[in-house]
Amino acid sequence: MRPPFLTTAVVAAAAALVLTACGGDDEADGVDESKLVLYSGRAESLVQPVIDQFEEATGTEVSVRYGSTSQLAAQLIEEGERSPADVFFGQDAGALGALTKAELFAPLPTEVLDVVDERFRAEDGTWVGASGRARVIAYNSAALDESDVPDSVFDLTSPEWNGRVGIAPGNASFQAFVTAMRVLEGDDVARQWLDAMADNGVERFDNNVLVLDAVDEGVVDLGLINHYYWYERVAEQGEDAVTAELKFLPGDDPGSLINVAGAGVLAGSDRGDEATRFVEFLLGEQAQSYFADETKEYPLRPGIPATEGLPPLESIDSPAIDLSDLDSLEETLRMIEEAGLT
Amino acid sequence: MVALPADPIDADPARASGESPGGARRHKRPPAVLVVPALVAAAIAVLPLAYLVVRSLDRGPVELFEILWRDRTLRLTMRSLSLTAAVTALSLVVGVTLAWLTTRTTLPGRTGWAVVAALPLAVPSYVAAYVWIAAFPRLDPFLGSVLVLTLCCYPYVLLPVAAMLHRADPALEEVARSLGRGQWQVFATVTLRQVRPAAAAGALLVALYTMSDFGVPAILRLDVLTRDIFISYRSSFDGTRPAALGLVLVALTLVIVWGEGRSRGRAAQARIGSGAARRHQPIVLSRWASVAALGWLCAVAGLALGVPIVSLAYWIARGSSAGLDLGALGSAAASTVSVAALGALLTTALAVPVGVLAARYRTSGVRLLEQASYAGHALPGLVVALSLVFFGVRYAQPIYQRTPLLVLAYAVLFLPAAVGAVRASVSQAPPVLEEMARSLGRSPGRVLRDVTLPLAGPGVAAGAALVFLTVMKELPATLLLRPTGMETLATRLWANTEVGSYAAAAPYGALLILLAALPTFLLGYRRRSTTLRTGPVSRLDRAEVAT
Repeated sequence: MRPPFLTTAVVAAAAALVLTACGGDDEADGVDESKLVLYSGRAESLVQPVIDQFEEATGTEVSVRYGSTSQLAAQLIEEGERSPADVFFGQDAGALGALTKAELFAPLPTEVLDVVDERFRAEDGTWVGASGRARVIAYNSAALDESDVPDSVFDLTSPEWNGRVGIAPGNASFQAFVTAMRVLEGDDVARQWLDAMADNGVERFDNNVLVLDAVDEGVVDLGLINHYYWYERVAEQGEDAVTAELKFLPGDDPGSLINVAGAGVLAGSDRGDEATRFVEFLLGEQAQSYFADETKEYPLRPGIPATEGLPPLESIDSPAIDLSDLDSLEETLRMIEEAGLT
Repeated sequence: MVALPADPIDADPARASGESPGGARRHKRPPAVLVVPALVAAAIAVLPLAYLVVRSLDRGPVELFEILWRDRTLRLTMRSLSLTAAVTALSLVVGVTLAWLTTRTTLPGRTGWAVVAALPLAVPSYVAAYVWIAAFPRLDPFLGSVLVLTLCCYPYVLLPVAAMLHRADPALEEVARSLGRGQWQVFATVTLRQVRPAAAAGALLVALYTMSDFGVPAILRLDVLTRDIFISYRSSFDGTRPAALGLVLVALTLVIVWGEGRSRGRAAQARIGSGAARRHQPIVLSRWASVAALGWLCAVAGLALGVPIVSLAYWIARGSSAGLDLGALGSAAASTVSVAALGALLTTALAVPVGVLAARYRTSGVRLLEQASYAGHALPGLVVALSLVFFGVRYAQPIYQRTPLLVLAYAVLFLPAAVGAVRASVSQAPPVLEEMARSLGRSPGRVLRDVTLPLAGPGVAAGAALVFLTVMKELPATLLLRPTGMETLATRLWANTEVGSYAAAAPYGALLILLAALPTFLLGYRRRSTTLRTGPVSRLDRAEVAT
């Protein structure tokens, strides 16, 4: 008779599970009460070096949970005040605003907030921007000169650009840009623009990387993205391999919005001091230089130079907008949906 | 020796034949030793449903009605349905033809082809979608999704159909041939009917996978329910709309599961038992037929395996930024294998009581239990994960973001595959042995341990292997529920593609495919080796099934 191996397997499985559940504090299981828990909506490859620097500088160990900004924000909202997280580091002011609205953030001390220009932080002091990201138009340089590229996103609805523009309507940065358009120009203008873009055969992609791919390969001639995707692409593949070029829009166009990646301390955290120190560290010179050099974003601490080739932050006519207002995503989403662009 | 183990996702003769071996015990009450754990399994499987109901009613029934009562909801539903229909139909064509070619013909190298044909199961569908869109940026969203999903899913049909073709009674075909039917007529009138229940079971898994898959439509930009659910979550941070659409998905799944049950029911009348286990006389392919068959196999294998492998190799070779971090790769592989193993074990353990009940006691209560175990499979991993976040953080804080809760999520997601395997293999084991053991005074629990499970063991283990490989590829639930700091191959792959570092992502994708290929290889290979072993128990088995 064959040994009842399945029974053995089942018993072993149960035993293993019980053991993992009870012995949850061992290393393999990750969660460690003695560490600062960071939810990072920014990729490990970009953020881990900064965290290593922080651990070295302060001696505080950090346990990081990586995910997408929106997914982690949704998770934080689902977790509520029971969340194990101490700090949230996200790459969209809209998500930060949503967490403020859900009353999940504790206010930050003024000396932390004051490092950064008030355009780049929450009005009520619940989150602060750490790095800036400009909206740009990527264009295929084999098909177009920079002078051919329109100076405003509002020109993209003309017949000339029919079927030639790529967007990522599901992407938080695109939605923040549409929200900015609503805040700046009113809901009617934003709605008309979305409808006109849809009628003009705009091509939809799942994310900015795919938009840039499409511009690079000439599938579309123009793409609305954030500036650093191009700089990262060039860093990975070399400038010769990238056909796409960037245009920073002049004037107070919503297409030149500067959004931020930023951080806030969770109100439910029992390690608030260390969490605040982490946010402070993100605004320090070391971390700010890192963002400038490695992630090709704009450092928000005054006096830290941006990466080479990037027009200075002050030179971009970013529209005057309170980034906290970018949390009103629902109406934006409805408009994008009604225009048939989701 | 048990000579004829069932396949993981097998259609079982017991349900297919009019008088099933379980029939004798149809009126007996199922023992508590099975019912209680089965109830636990079903309760776990319907947790996400409870969450969806709670969330979708967040803002009251009026808001729920308004969300559902839109043109867009109908459009998304229709598109999800047409995608599912197209992928299922194509997977049936590909799966059945490949199964037939590799089991019943004189195709050159068919043993090797049988293994190769199953291997696409190892390719995660989101990886396939990524490489296709990277290679062909102008790929049509609908046709592209149909293509990619078919290439990833057809093995779900291939495996059970091939097993059935091995096992089916050759006598029927011989009779048909002796009555003057030609080869193709026999194939169309007899063979296809014999494989129908197996094909239906495989088609069900394909349909459920397609319906709940998020990665492929998201990457290829096809507007379906899952994509809308995901986009709503990440742009509005509001659970009402996605929960409402999740309920629509569940409703569609119920229709599909019900339809599959119906198609099995009708097929039943066409069968008169499995008959004797003899080898089939292989159909001799002419030279041109062989060339055409090989062309077809090469085309499928090239598209399903060649394209992803070549693309990954290209990205590995092209990237200059990708310094390969062997330590990270190794630890990701180790956590992938360990959570997948735990996932497979727990899923199989929960599936055993449900599967045994489903095989032996066809009461309406049992049928309900079995259907309940399918609930999680219909939902995108993200929804299942969020529901476990919701319940975990409130009622199971000690295991929240720890391995046990993650493993539980895998069980919710993949229970159906394991339940199917248990049900199929148990119903092929003769119940007379269990009855004998009972009459000799063994308790129902001991009968389960000493008789039923050892007999069904190999088939159940194959089911566990299928779950193991599916868990390795799982992404959304792993992202939300893994212990903080733990990374698997899938999460590393995702993190790198998210920032556009395809070159850095490629080694993780390649290793994932390689690791997943091992259990897939066993699944494909096992059915080759089982046909030749026909021991005494199998004759008893056959005799029992035939009566």
